[in-house]
Amino acid sequence: MSLNEYLILSTIIFSIGLVGVLRRKNLLMLFFATEIMLNAVNIGLVAISKFHGDLTGQMFAFFIVAVAASEVAVGLGLLILLYKRKNTINLDSIQSMKG
Amino acid sequence: MQMRDLKKHQQVIRGNDMFEIVAFYLFAFLTIGMFSVTVMTNNALYALSALAAGMIFISSFFFLLDADFLGVVQIVVYTGAVMALYAFGMMFFDSIAEIKEKVNNPRLTFLLTGMIALIIVVMFAAPIIGESAQTGIYPVHPEYGNVQDIGLVLFTKYLIPFEIAAVMLLVAMIGGIILAGKKMDVSYSEMSEEEIEVYEKNLLETSKDKK
Repeated sequence: MSLNEYLILSTIIFSIGLVGVLRRKNLLMLFFATEIMLNAVNIGLVAISKFHGDLTGQMFAFFIVAVAASEVAVGLGLLILLYKRKNTINLDSIQSMKG
Repeated sequence: MQMRDLKKHQQVIRGNDMFEIVAFYLFAFLTIGMFSVTVMTNNALYALSALAAGMIFISSFFFLLDADFLGVVQIVVYTGAVMALYAFGMMFFDSIAEIKEKVNNPRLTFLLTGMIALIIVVMFAAPIIGESAQTGIYPVHPEYGNVQDIGLVLFTKYLIPFEIAAVMLLVAMIGGIILAGKKMDVSYSEMSEEEIEVYEKNLLETSKDKK
């Protein structure tokens, strides 16, 4: 297995996440798509770390996991607050300005 | 005699390679399939379970890449903590209700699709540029094992980012509790905007009175 296969896999998964972010209107699904993108980046970082014999990639992947965990905690809190106000988690319901 | 040993050794190596290729493609297709289900389905529960499965499959790549520690972290943090958090969060929402997802601006869609195509081209071309990247600052020591090796770097060179990450997680936890647990006794969704305003004004006055 070479580095390229892992990077291509990472690209494909990242694109799936990107399609999700662009296509969905459900805010919960947007969070899921963000998780997918973060994981795709992790695969790429760890693959490079292995093929260059360097630990920095794994360090960054580790910190990305920590950031993702805190993002979920704050994001879900905000989402619950939004749901209490608007009674929906549709992305368009946040829109308050007409333009 | 030595020749035969060498041949056997090569066969073992080839067998391992074979295993790695099979595992890579198996898990690659499984991961892509699971994430496609997450992105495409309309049912939030399906999306959640497919995402959890995809996370576990991704940890297999970390094991294949000799990053055992990250593989374990992936399973514990993502499927253990993050997915459980999402499952709890989903109890608050009416997730069965379908959300109308209609794109009513085709030109925007074209623009975004074009941008994705551009990003994909750049990302496929990036490995070619990446070939010339130099070797690293913190080399891997195969004699230590991955977990020890990571610990060594994490608690020397990356100690301050590690501490900051710890504080950040604490802040996120407290923030999540405060945001989600705010006024659990009243439901804002059952009140109209005017009622909410009146309620919040009353709340403000009572807190002023207490002072």
